[in-house]
Amino acid sequence: MSDLATLEQEILKGIAASSDEAALEAVRVAALGKKGSISALLATLGKMSPDERKTQGAAINLAKDKVTEALTARRELLKSAALDARLAFETVDVTLPLRDAPAETGRIHPLSQVWDELTAIFADMGFSVAEGPDIETDDYNFTKLNFPEGHPAREMHDTFFFNPKQDGSRMLLRTHTSPVQVRTMLSQKPPIRVICPGRTYRIDSDATHTPQFHQVEGLVIDKGSHLGHLKWILHEFCKAFFEVDQINMRFRPSFFPFTEPSLEVDIQCRRDKGEIRFGEGEDWLEILGCGMVHPNVLRACGIDPDVYQGFAWGMGIDRIAMLKYGMSDLRQLFDSDVRWLAHYGFKPLDIPTLAGGLST
Amino acid sequence: MKFTLSWLKEHLDTDEPVEKLADKLTMIGLEVEGLEDKARQLAPFTIARVISAEQHPNADRLRVCMVDTGGGAAPVQVVCGAPNARAGLISVFSPPGTYIPGKDITLGIGTIRGVESRGMLCSEAELKISENHDGIIELPADAPIGTAYAAWAALGDPTFEINLTPNRQDCTGVHGIARDLAAADMGKFRDPGIKQVKGEFPCPVKVKVEDADLCPGFALRLVRGVRNGPSPDWLQKRLTSIGLRPINALVDITNFMTYDRARPLHVFDAAKVKGDLVVRRGRDGETLLALDGRTYTLDNSMCVIADEQGVESLAGIMGGEASGCSETTTDVLIESALWNEINIAQTGRKLGVNSDARYRFERGVDPAFMVPGLEMATRLVMELCGGTPSENIVAGKAFGDDRIIEFPVAEVKRLAGIDVAFPEMKRILGHLGFMVAGSGPVVKVAIPSWRSDVHGKADIVEEIVRIVGVDQVPMTPFERGEAPRKPVLKPMQLRTRRAKRALAARGMVEAVTWSFISKPQAELFGGGRPELSLANPIAADLSDMRPSLLPGLVTAAQANSDRGFADVALFEVGQVFRGDRPDEQLTAAAGIRHGFASQAGLGRNWTGSATTNAFDAKADAFAVLAAAGAPIQALQVVPGGTSWLHPGRSGTIQIGPQNVLGHFGELHPRALEKLGADGPLIAFEVILDRIPDGKQRPTRARPAIELSAFQPVSRDFAFIVDRMVKAGDILRAASSVDKKLITGVTVFDVYEGKGIDEAKKSVAIAVTIQPREKTMTDQEIEAVAAKIVAEVNKKTGGALR
Repeated sequence: MSDLATLEQEILKGIAASSDEAALEAVRVAALGKKGSISALLATLGKMSPDERKTQGAAINLAKDKVTEALTARRELLKSAALDARLAFETVDVTLPLRDAPAETGRIHPLSQVWDELTAIFADMGFSVAEGPDIETDDYNFTKLNFPEGHPAREMHDTFFFNPKQDGSRMLLRTHTSPVQVRTMLSQKPPIRVICPGRTYRIDSDATHTPQFHQVEGLVIDKGSHLGHLKWILHEFCKAFFEVDQINMRFRPSFFPFTEPSLEVDIQCRRDKGEIRFGEGEDWLEILGCGMVHPNVLRACGIDPDVYQGFAWGMGIDRIAMLKYGMSDLRQLFDSDVRWLAHYGFKPLDIPTLAGGLST
Repeated sequence: MKFTLSWLKEHLDTDEPVEKLADKLTMIGLEVEGLEDKARQLAPFTIARVISAEQHPNADRLRVCMVDTGGGAAPVQVVCGAPNARAGLISVFSPPGTYIPGKDITLGIGTIRGVESRGMLCSEAELKISENHDGIIELPADAPIGTAYAAWAALGDPTFEINLTPNRQDCTGVHGIARDLAAADMGKFRDPGIKQVKGEFPCPVKVKVEDADLCPGFALRLVRGVRNGPSPDWLQKRLTSIGLRPINALVDITNFMTYDRARPLHVFDAAKVKGDLVVRRGRDGETLLALDGRTYTLDNSMCVIADEQGVESLAGIMGGEASGCSETTTDVLIESALWNEINIAQTGRKLGVNSDARYRFERGVDPAFMVPGLEMATRLVMELCGGTPSENIVAGKAFGDDRIIEFPVAEVKRLAGIDVAFPEMKRILGHLGFMVAGSGPVVKVAIPSWRSDVHGKADIVEEIVRIVGVDQVPMTPFERGEAPRKPVLKPMQLRTRRAKRALAARGMVEAVTWSFISKPQAELFGGGRPELSLANPIAADLSDMRPSLLPGLVTAAQANSDRGFADVALFEVGQVFRGDRPDEQLTAAAGIRHGFASQAGLGRNWTGSATTNAFDAKADAFAVLAAAGAPIQALQVVPGGTSWLHPGRSGTIQIGPQNVLGHFGELHPRALEKLGADGPLIAFEVILDRIPDGKQRPTRARPAIELSAFQPVSRDFAFIVDRMVKAGDILRAASSVDKKLITGVTVFDVYEGKGIDEAKKSVAIAVTIQPREKTMTDQEIEAVAAKIVAEVNKKTGGALR
């Protein structure tokens, strides 16, 4: 074996033996550095005869190429091994738990959700949403709604009053959202199609009554709307709200000072282990009151009852929310117990739409 | 209003089944709340005879009876614990499978102490026909073995209970209910009319009515020489069937008239009345011992009937004990009067008396029946107690005016949307006592005296429609027409719903708290004004309209904490009150975070467990404002500003000092203490009404976007400033240098402590410079940087670190 071949073998052996990049670099410098063994051999070429240079030169360069190639390959290998070694050390415990996403833990109160459901249904039927103040005058809460002064029907409302003013008048907390109807009729010309959701107050407190509760009323005033339309609207509403294909409703004559004729409406249902199923069963459950707006109310609001006519209805938002979603105790709606809210509340992105479903 | 089927049949010829009558009542507006049909409920209970009763082998108090249940069936073995179970006793038996109403169980075949029992001998309590559970029922020897007990005992009279609406005074008597049912085709109304009873002498007691407003009519007559005592069986049964207690014939007659004819009456024992009667206002401080045994203190607002001795009766509500009729009464004064409805209601409410008379008079009784009612009562008194009647004394005038309405028959179709033929209208109205005259498009309708609730055309429509049946009104689709499909929500309604979803999306939970809070809490948050204090609060701590949502939320957070859930993030969007005018009711959005309920999430966590701080509240406030459409760039934050937040760890959000949108920060320790809550607790509240309205644009297109071809350059600066210098001022100074080139300035480090003067801090900002027309040279960038340093120095005194 020539010296060159021996040298080459030794260098290649050195490369293979290098266990890290530093060792490999030392081998490289020893072979190809300025004072390296192969560099030294190349330096001898100048002193050779042209023929000798030709054969020796080719041989040395071949050896240099081989060494260079081996160095590169070894370097890649060592680099890759070093990365693997580092990565093998760089671990995280992927079983550590996440925090819950805020949009998953946040909750919309069932009353707000049902409020949005009502809006979606009635907006589709062409109704807008009217609101009014909680603190009302006796005139708007009672007198304009055909409750005569001193009438026992006023007492049935168990009204919260404020202290009398200097002039003897006193404000009250509205006992129903009907004053919003009055405000709407006084400020807007027919045709009128509005729903009036809002907070209402009566002095009452037990499992089924709280001193504050919520109502939604509807009002239609135009030149042709009658009881047949009212029945249709309420029927459509109940199907949409309770998300059933069909529902049986019973309309019974009743009495309210502000409507004539007046009706109460029951829906047929079956009670099944705390759940109420609509559209089946033998029970009748009262859910709302309604009727044709009383001529005295129209007159009090500046509308001629011989030209215009219309109807109104009202129901408890809390009550229909409880019926739909199976909440058993009204008081819990106002208890702010986070366990209850997490259970009965809705996620912020569950926005009720008719296209996507009210509650699905 | 309660009545039985047999009582109804006194006024209505009908063979309709009970259920059909009940359904019809509900469907014509007389809602049946309860229907008790004992004959049906108790059908399996039969009359049986105890053949033998032997001592139970294993129990001292039990007997083993062999019972003959009739029909030739084999005797049945029954184990019975009743002390009166004995051979030969006729009693009531129920076989296995029977529902026992008094025990709310269904009977099975039982084995009692090792002896089989195939049925039960029953007490009255077990049948729920009385409270008596002393022993099993004992029947006379001739009771027919094997027949249904309820039918034999005449318990089979179904009882209706109607939830009467306040307008229908005519149906506070069975007679009026029968009239309605007859109109609805449920039978023939029996209305034989009332014959006068001729008086045989002038009434010796005179009546003076002092106030005709309170007493529009008063009729009186004396019946002399009556024998009072228990009333006959038929009358006692009528009263007991609806839960009334028979007292004596004279009193029972008044109760009967009340329920049969909706005509309350009063009877005085004439021997106990001194001198003439006067109907007058009560005198302040006068008292009356009434028939219910209670003594009432009267005043000038009330109406009474008095004699020379003083008040004898609380008019239209309840008689007095002193002049009441007893078994010894021989001369009776019968009073039939009319009273002012509102005054009766007010007096009854003031004194807390509910009586059958008040119930009717406050609804308004039939004025035309005042005298006929007296005649009918006189006849009953004479029939049951004998005696000689005086002539009537009648005060007042014109009982039952003739009220006539011009009624366009098309109103029925116009308001109710149903076609009813005119003859049918006329038939219905006729049955109900309305007289119809004419046959053209507009007819005259006379309203009967007992229908004081009917005033106008709409009422007549209701009468027709309720009898025809509301269920007959065809449902008519309500077309929305060509109205444009525009959004229906107003800006405030949109803000409200967006605010809620934005806060919930930050992991907060929506609460709905009371609109009223305690006065101290209201005052703590700037409320408690006299015009917002309730005169009649339901509880002392729910007395004042809330000026802020925060007291309710803080209280709720503490309640959750007390239940063991301390880390809560709650919000509410709702009404707050600054005054009692409509424009002083505002819509606030507020939130609180307690304990470890930071923006990152609830509770402690391996990623970091900081308790909440003022910046969580600031972030919540800005998130809700952004969602509700506030111009975020225009919002200014100034330190402090409200008494209920920590003065050094809170801020006010405003658009200029005139428009304060809200506050955020750590709750003031004193506020926490007054609310009875533990910290740390951070809060924010913003007023959604204060957000300026956005500009309405004619189209939905957005302005063209400018995408620069040149890379933005970022330069960092660290300034040493006084501790009290606001970062906001440094940011504002830096960005004001060149509004066009500088597109962003952020704070990436704030440092106080080692290496920096105690009175100073270091604030490091990163400024983004966006070249517009060409790449900027280093020199140009350095020029901007120098201007930034100079401007910050000028505005805040800050020097480059």
